[in-house]
Amino acid sequence: MANDIHGKIQVRDLNFYYGKYQALKNISLDVATNMVTAFIGPSGCGKSTLLRTFNRMYELYPGQRATGEILLDGENVLAPGADLFRLRARVGMVFQKPTPFPMSIYENIAFGVRLYEKLPRSEMDDRVEWALTQAALWGEVKDKLRQSGMSLSGGQQQRLCIARAIAVKPEVMLLDEPASALDPISTLKIEELIYELKKNYTIVIVTHNMQQAARVSDFTAFMYLGEAVEFGDTNTIFTNPSKKQTEDYITGRYG
Amino acid sequence: MEQMHTHISRQFSAELEDIRSRVLQMGGLVEQQIEQALDALIKGDTALGENVILHDTQVNKMEVTIDEECNQIIARRQPAASDLRLVVAVIKTITDLERIGDEAEKIARMAVRLAGEERPKNNYAEIQTLGIHVRQMLHETLDAFARLDIEAAVRVAREDVKIDQKYDGAMRQLITYMMEDPRTISRVLNVIWAARALERIGDHACNICEYIIYLVKGKDVRHTSLDQVEREILGKESR
Repeated sequence: MANDIHGKIQVRDLNFYYGKYQALKNISLDVATNMVTAFIGPSGCGKSTLLRTFNRMYELYPGQRATGEILLDGENVLAPGADLFRLRARVGMVFQKPTPFPMSIYENIAFGVRLYEKLPRSEMDDRVEWALTQAALWGEVKDKLRQSGMSLSGGQQQRLCIARAIAVKPEVMLLDEPASALDPISTLKIEELIYELKKNYTIVIVTHNMQQAARVSDFTAFMYLGEAVEFGDTNTIFTNPSKKQTEDYITGRYG
Repeated sequence: MEQMHTHISRQFSAELEDIRSRVLQMGGLVEQQIEQALDALIKGDTALGENVILHDTQVNKMEVTIDEECNQIIARRQPAASDLRLVVAVIKTITDLERIGDEAEKIARMAVRLAGEERPKNNYAEIQTLGIHVRQMLHETLDAFARLDIEAAVRVAREDVKIDQKYDGAMRQLITYMMEDPRTISRVLNVIWAARALERIGDHACNICEYIIYLVKGKDVRHTSLDQVEREILGKESR
């Protein structure tokens, strides 16, 4: 079980509210270091909400609050005094739709880095190349770094966003449906990338695509109506889940 | 498993139901093959024996068809959890059923070969008792498969021990015949092959029982003692 492995993120009795509506109910689970953890479940089950609590993304919106604890290396990120700026550098995020900034490919990467570090030009060049290489995009864009990020294909744009997240050297990467807007080949590239990235990062992915969760993740949490119904290693969840709700969802009997 | 909801995709449910019922069909055919092979042996009915040999191709064809259908389901549906286990269990089960079909064919060949020889006084009593037991075991195995009944599966698997004992007993008896009268050696050897085929059928039925447990419980119990299976699987069941 996941709990035996050192948890990069430990969620304890997490409750989350959109105003009066409770979207997450007593979630407790551990996200293992340098592993891929997938959250699956039907729409509205709270999987994206859970993901967004990890870097307190929800604070950008009024009326949303969380109770309980989310320990990142033992430090509660929900604590009132937590440094959000530092938190979001440590916990990067990539969204469903590619969101390149309307600037050059180079600047898309450098922009975020400048928020956190002052690098001399040559080091910044190295960082951009490194991030693009990590995101398996360098070979495709190295000759057009001055071109707009928007000129890339959807799959390339998404890898650019991943490169942008990587560039600030996060410890955790949150991927919210990173491939749902992409064609199958781009999807496979992203999945291959996730496999490479987990050597250096702890990855949490939310996906509607169950086969994708089965392919890329080491651990899977099935969520339903704001609860973590079942959490375990992906092999077990997809071959022999212990809860009937999980079984029904995974086999397409849900509903 | 049976009380489970149907799939959102009804077509998928229908496909899974179809491979299940085809396995039972194939099982039925194999049962019939054994019955007729034994009949041919005991009655010295050459035509019936030839018929069994001929029908083995039908068993083989069924295996290929079901196999193909399982491949299609894997490719097109990407089954998971209990659905995946069903497809895997079916693929394995039909392999054992096909082998059982081969054993029935072997018995039929012995029957044809022995039909010309002088009939023994006890009219193959060893084969008859062993045959009844093995046929019953296979029938109960297929029943357990149809009902996804793991208690029955464990019970039937236990029967294999008895079959092995009966086989050993039959063996000793047949060897005694050969020692008493060396002229019977060639005939008794054929009988030994038939007994051996029946014993092997018991082993295959036992394998199928293991797949049933895997299918229902998700536990691979191959190479596990039956006592342990009962403790771990059925013990859990009654909790």
